[in-house]
Amino acid sequence: MKKVLLLTVLFLATAVTYAGGYRVSLQGNKALAMGHTGVAVINSSELVFFNPAGLVYLENKLSVSVGAHGVLADVSYQNSATGETAMTEAGVGTPFYAYVSYQANDWLAFGLGIYTPYGSTVAYEDDWAGSHLVNNIALQAIFVQPSVSIKLSDKFSVGGEPIYATGGVNFNKNLNRTLVDLDGNRSEVTLEQTGISNWGWTASAMLKASENLTVGANYRSEIVLSAEDGDATFENIPNSPLTPFSDTTFSADLPLPAELTMGLSYKHNDFLFAFDYNMTYWSAYESLAVVFGNDTPDSVLLRNYRDASTYRFGLQYEASESFTLRGGYYFDESPVQSGYFAPETPRNDSNGYTAGLTFKVGDRLEIDASFLYLQFDEVDASYDYFVEGSGGPAGLINQYSSFGGTYKSSVFVPGLGITYKL
Amino acid sequence: MKNTIKFMIGLLAIGLVSCEPEFENAVTDEGFYDAGDADFSNYVSLGNSLTAGYADGALYRSGQEDSYPNIMAEQFGFVGGGDFTQPLTSDNLGGLLLGGQQILGNRLVLSADENGNPFPAPLAGTPTTDVTTSATGPFNNMGVPGAKSYHLVTPGYGSVAGVANGTANPWYARFATSESSTVLADAASLNPTFFSLWIGNNDILGYATSGGSGVDQTGNLDPSTYGGNDITDPNVFAAAYSAQVDALVAGGAKGVLLNIPDVTSIPYFTTVPTRSIPLDAATAGAVNAQFALYNGALGQLVAGGFISPEEAAIRAINFVEGVNYPIMTDVDLTDVTVILIGAGLDSETAALLGQLRQVKSDDLVVLTASSVLGTVPDPSNPLGIVGVSIPLTNQFVLTSTEQDRVATAGAAYNTTIEGLAAANGLGYGDMKSALAEVAANGAAYNGGLLTSTYVTGGAFSLDGVHPSPRGYAFTANTIIDVINTTYNASIPKVDIGTYGTVTLHNN
Repeated sequence: MKKVLLLTVLFLATAVTYAGGYRVSLQGNKALAMGHTGVAVINSSELVFFNPAGLVYLENKLSVSVGAHGVLADVSYQNSATGETAMTEAGVGTPFYAYVSYQANDWLAFGLGIYTPYGSTVAYEDDWAGSHLVNNIALQAIFVQPSVSIKLSDKFSVGGEPIYATGGVNFNKNLNRTLVDLDGNRSEVTLEQTGISNWGWTASAMLKASENLTVGANYRSEIVLSAEDGDATFENIPNSPLTPFSDTTFSADLPLPAELTMGLSYKHNDFLFAFDYNMTYWSAYESLAVVFGNDTPDSVLLRNYRDASTYRFGLQYEASESFTLRGGYYFDESPVQSGYFAPETPRNDSNGYTAGLTFKVGDRLEIDASFLYLQFDEVDASYDYFVEGSGGPAGLINQYSSFGGTYKSSVFVPGLGITYKL
Repeated sequence: MKNTIKFMIGLLAIGLVSCEPEFENAVTDEGFYDAGDADFSNYVSLGNSLTAGYADGALYRSGQEDSYPNIMAEQFGFVGGGDFTQPLTSDNLGGLLLGGQQILGNRLVLSADENGNPFPAPLAGTPTTDVTTSATGPFNNMGVPGAKSYHLVTPGYGSVAGVANGTANPWYARFATSESSTVLADAASLNPTFFSLWIGNNDILGYATSGGSGVDQTGNLDPSTYGGNDITDPNVFAAAYSAQVDALVAGGAKGVLLNIPDVTSIPYFTTVPTRSIPLDAATAGAVNAQFALYNGALGQLVAGGFISPEEAAIRAINFVEGVNYPIMTDVDLTDVTVILIGAGLDSETAALLGQLRQVKSDDLVVLTASSVLGTVPDPSNPLGIVGVSIPLTNQFVLTSTEQDRVATAGAAYNTTIEGLAAANGLGYGDMKSALAEVAANGAAYNGGLLTSTYVTGGAFSLDGVHPSPRGYAFTANTIIDVINTTYNASIPKVDIGTYGTVTLHNN
């Protein structure tokens, strides 16, 4: 137990969060072990996230699920034309979740969830080859979601509830590829704001089509985190009217895109098979437009994401009274289009392999463990839309430059949680 | 429970190991890039200001870090290259002290007035690099600003005592191993496995940038009698150059020899237009009236046999409505001052007219002329305008005749360089063609077009002669191409768009 504690402390001490895009699909150890399926799986209060409509079908009066994942993620970069290399600084992310469900009566259930579906931390060495796009970025969003689940018939239930999202961002990049102060230090900007909040909603439905077959659907709305009056800090700016950059405020919108999930589960003896299909409406992320509070020229980084699908498969086997074993696979399609591969979200298509188990400690307590190995092929990709912009005499440079090379990502996520049922 | 913990720790261990994403073919793997037939473990560069990383009219630290040999050495690191040391200056100001006294000015930076109009200005501040207290070499980068071909083999060129009396070079005196050492001997003492040699530019450049103020010493084989702005005799050049190549290849080193670009490729000569004097019709007429006597006298000089009819045609002054060629003194014209005095002119006027003509379209007006053209040097004489009534002095115009001398000598040097490269199996970098291409059409790079246009073109620093960091990166890439071809190597090049151009700063 001591070792577990130690590990947990280790995870929490380095509070950084990984995501290739910035959607982090780690909302429950039971679900993740099954390829992060769950829209049609009646299992635990993880349903608060996956499908609140299903809460009303839980057998226990009270169900609590709490857990976290330790994300070990790295990205390597190289450019064979120039020999440049880079590797993100190793960090451990800790997405977490806490869900409670409560059965008010046989047709009404309530739930509450706190979870971290979006976030991204990528840190390269300062002034690396792509530092004009990002030196480091840390983005966190925490969702708080009270839930209501109503059984309309024995077979059909619905859920619907508001989501309160709060988040923060810290983003540091060099202004362009070449601007330096008198001593050759690269000119850079840091954008920081915390406590950005907004509201969204979710709606869901579940149909128990037969004894063995369950079908579910869940929709979570887009939530735009709008930074207003954030701090923009400029450093190493030449003393020149030609480089009018000074500390000021900034505003920027970051969309946390809507997501639709549809799926089914089929039970056969001790086996449960589940399939989820996710559609994430990433096309909302057209650009990262930063508007500064003073004369500092605005900055627009084109993103031009496209909607992306994820296909998830999971299998559960109740091996014994004490042990439930799980495995899964998913294919995660990248929202990044060709030519828009930016190193702050270096994501290409990936294959997720998952496994895990639940160990029952007595009647009420379960320990859930999971792991995820996210496999990426190495990919030759580039971001072709960087504008050198200001920072030089007029007309010096005002066309797109490209930053690219070969990227290879590696992600490994062990997770641990507990479920308590009353 | 215990098993679960073990299981989790095991998974974590796997995770930590698998977390290092590795490429199938990593650029850091041995053999990804190939040194070919060359050995880059000890690279030594020889040359002048270009090799030293001189820019913006000075040698300063960040400029040295972007010298083409340093950029190349970094890329050599992918194919077994070793450490590359440079005689780094102490600051980014660029000025130079001799025993605490400043002897050379600070670098230029691009300042801007309140309307955002940019102009080059010397950077303010007290430099800290002192000839007498700098570290002693030798260094891998043996580039010495100001050095001509024969200087590299001249003993005492690095004498601190000689700096004060003008016989030695302050930059070399900083790191010369002894008072009597030569640049070549210091370089050879490093036993290079690979070298680059780019010398000879100053053998014509001093003459060119001074508007042909020096002497074409072709035929004079004693360089100790040369002045700073003279053109070096091609045989003197060849003797010095071949001695350098012999010494460098003596230990079996491979290398690359770089030829001498045309001066007409650099913005110092191409920025100020030949026609720069705007006049309306009335003023043009008034000015022409002033020169009517001179134009008339030209006919008499022809009749007297003092000048040819062709020279008279060249010397005739004619201003028109619009933008005009300024008047200038051309030392290659027959000096008729004495004759004019004999004809009754006062000596001042005679001297002014003695070698007078207007600038022609094939002349080159140097960058520094922009600060005198159209000015009125004597406020008490508002009619005394440089270019209109006061001729541009010789130093401001490289005439077509002077350009021919420069081109002839340069071509002779390049014949020597190419021949020695071929004879010794060394790489031959045709920097002349590369730079001419940048000047004519520009060189496309990731994010722009590199051109020789002053300030905005990106290739040159603010002195108009020396490259910017981006220009030096282009130079390094050009040379790496030659090395890769000559030695069957595959050294990666740099993205020149990531190198800066001019430094913005208001004092």
